[in-house]
Amino acid sequence: MPPQTLDQILEGRRSQPNQLIEVLHDVQKNYGYIPKEAIQSVSQSLGVPLIEVYRVASFYKAFRLKPSGKNVLTMCMGTACHVRGSHLLLDQATGQLGVQPGEVTSDGLFSIEHVNCLGACALGPIVAENGSYHHHMTPGKLRKLIKTLGRQETEDNHDAQAK
Amino acid sequence: MPRLNSHRELEHLRERLREQRQNITTTVMVCGGTGCRTSNSQAVIDAVRDELSSQGLDDSVRLCVTGCHGFCEQGPVIIIEPGNIFYCHVSPEDAFEIVYQTVMKGEVIERLLYEDTVSGERFKTEAEIPFYKAQDRRILSQNRLVDPCAIEDYIVAGGYSALPRVLNGIAPEEIINEIKSAGLRGRGGGGFPTGRKWGDCMEAPSDEKYVICNADEGDPGAYMDRCVLEGNPHLVLEGMMVGARAVGARKGYIYVRNEYPLAVKNSRIAVEQARELGLLGDNILGSSFSFDVDIARGGGAFVCGESTALMASIEGKVGEPRAKDVHTVVDGLYHKPTTLNNVETWANVPAIILNGSSWFASKGTKASKGTKILALTGRIKNTGLVEVAMGTSIREVVFDIGGGGANGNSIKAVQTGGPSGGCLPLDKFDLAIDFDVLAEAGSMIGSGGMVVMDEETCMLDVAKYFLTFLQDESCGKCVPCRLGIDRMLEIITDITEGRGRMEQLDLLEELADTVSQTALCGLGKTAPNPVLSTLRYFRPEYEAHIKEKKCPAGVCKALITYWIDPDKCTGCGVCISGCVHEAITGEKKEVHVIDAQLCQKCGICRSECKFDAIQVV
Repeated sequence: MPPQTLDQILEGRRSQPNQLIEVLHDVQKNYGYIPKEAIQSVSQSLGVPLIEVYRVASFYKAFRLKPSGKNVLTMCMGTACHVRGSHLLLDQATGQLGVQPGEVTSDGLFSIEHVNCLGACALGPIVAENGSYHHHMTPGKLRKLIKTLGRQETEDNHDAQAK
Repeated sequence: MPRLNSHRELEHLRERLREQRQNITTTVMVCGGTGCRTSNSQAVIDAVRDELSSQGLDDSVRLCVTGCHGFCEQGPVIIIEPGNIFYCHVSPEDAFEIVYQTVMKGEVIERLLYEDTVSGERFKTEAEIPFYKAQDRRILSQNRLVDPCAIEDYIVAGGYSALPRVLNGIAPEEIINEIKSAGLRGRGGGGFPTGRKWGDCMEAPSDEKYVICNADEGDPGAYMDRCVLEGNPHLVLEGMMVGARAVGARKGYIYVRNEYPLAVKNSRIAVEQARELGLLGDNILGSSFSFDVDIARGGGAFVCGESTALMASIEGKVGEPRAKDVHTVVDGLYHKPTTLNNVETWANVPAIILNGSSWFASKGTKASKGTKILALTGRIKNTGLVEVAMGTSIREVVFDIGGGGANGNSIKAVQTGGPSGGCLPLDKFDLAIDFDVLAEAGSMIGSGGMVVMDEETCMLDVAKYFLTFLQDESCGKCVPCRLGIDRMLEIITDITEGRGRMEQLDLLEELADTVSQTALCGLGKTAPNPVLSTLRYFRPEYEAHIKEKKCPAGVCKALITYWIDPDKCTGCGVCISGCVHEAITGEKKEVHVIDAQLCQKCGICRSECKFDAIQVV
């Protein structure tokens, strides 16, 4: 999807307070998070007080107020994944990357998120890597996945420097 | 396609589409649901499509990318008609063989057939597989007939036949009476009689009314609504059209979880297609009935499963529930009369209109009619979506359909109804899947989540898991829920960390009782259920944690120690490289040792050891 400007996202929705959540979803999809400036202009355009926009953006789990890492690891914490050991995966990811859910690694490469359910319960535990699902995950598979993603990044950087 | 202006034009279109498909000799149905997509079914779909093209079979063979077939554990799944041939764990490399042997020559490929996990027998057709055999798939069986992104498929399969009936002929009162005598009850959790809800909404005086489809499915561990909306969105839409006609609504919303991108996409496409054909919009099929539907994405808040919170969320507000002194059928979305039903409830409606209430009520128990879709997950062999007649026993679902415990472990309990439900022990497995029977036993059907637990599951850990979930999801508006859940979690944490005292169990029960009686909404009222049901059925586990300071399942970190059995350890080093806390040491080919000071008891080493050398005491 080509990046949209805030104006494009707000097109046809101005002065419609009921469009707030839909607009915030689109803002996040576009920017990866909800920037402060976006909160201000959404507030003005929809006619919703600034504090209310912030309240909604901070109430719902779906919205991030800070940028995420380049690679987002989403750990499913649903009941089905839990009884099949999703906590091992969370321990693996937090231990290996040294950050807690909601935080970004210092090099900006990774962030960990946990969600209530990704809806592929029969195949749990599930970890989503930038939106693509990995099923029947084990700590070993996750360790390799994180290493591969990290390595790719280093190679990309080398390529960029070589050019 | 041009807009349809009458019932006759719709039937004409149906006939024309069926004629166009007369030349089709074979249909290859590949599951494109979220489960199979996770197992890379998109690559299989592409490979089969390419293979069909290269063999010149585009006109005579229909490739149908369908919604979920239910047996997610076996994905990617393909069914080939005629013959009902069922292939599982299909990879893109199999495409040539499938097209060349099965599609063109009618031969069965033995190695792709399903092999029963219990008997080892291979089955050729879907109908023979024990997982499907014991089911009654009224709704789910329709998934494999249609490509969710093609309204033509739904029409060819006989869809949008209930709509013309309610537009010409059956009066709104009659629709409601039909739903009432069918005995349809809400599939979202509450089990409220749907017909009564519609009747109250119809009678509420207002020039503006709404119908809403709740597809927020907040129950972690359940995904039946996702599969129905994602796999057959027109069925849900048609149900909403019938409901809107009955209560007199002109506008509807599908409130769908944003974590379900495919469901969001497919329902948007379905709405667009229905609008294009004039099945949504003004003067539907030339009648005086006008109705349109919008998609509203949820924000990932469990509390939005509560009707008033959900409606606040559609209005763009924070999802906080309000007191329901006046019910939402009178004072709902934008303070207008509103009928809210969940996906599965709506999906049941068209068939009731078409086949009649007595057909629907022919399955089920005295007070729970029809079928129920269950998400069978957890520590069990066959996981997936299961649809059974109400009244089927838990035992049949877990053992006959689910095939029993995974890895030979013995099953201990089943958790039904998600965070609002409870855990039932093995000796209650003869109970029927029935709204009232399960509620009486201290659990509930809820939306249909069924998580199986075995000897390696700690029931206190389960209770703690749900309390942590609910503490996080409580909107914080009312005190009993906000503080009560906190206090209950504190007590359970004390017990799981070895600080528990027996008298805390009484306090826990008292707290649970207070919260369930005084909380504002359904989330708080049912929040103590996981605690109460585990206390009721698994008290010895609580006592072991308190008196013996032991976790029988070996889960609670503070009460267990990991050690390496020197007789079993081969010194392979897998645990050393796996330990993120660097707590394991040892030379190659020599027995490894865990440093108890550094060990965080995460259990990663144990899950990776191939020699079963890492033990928990």
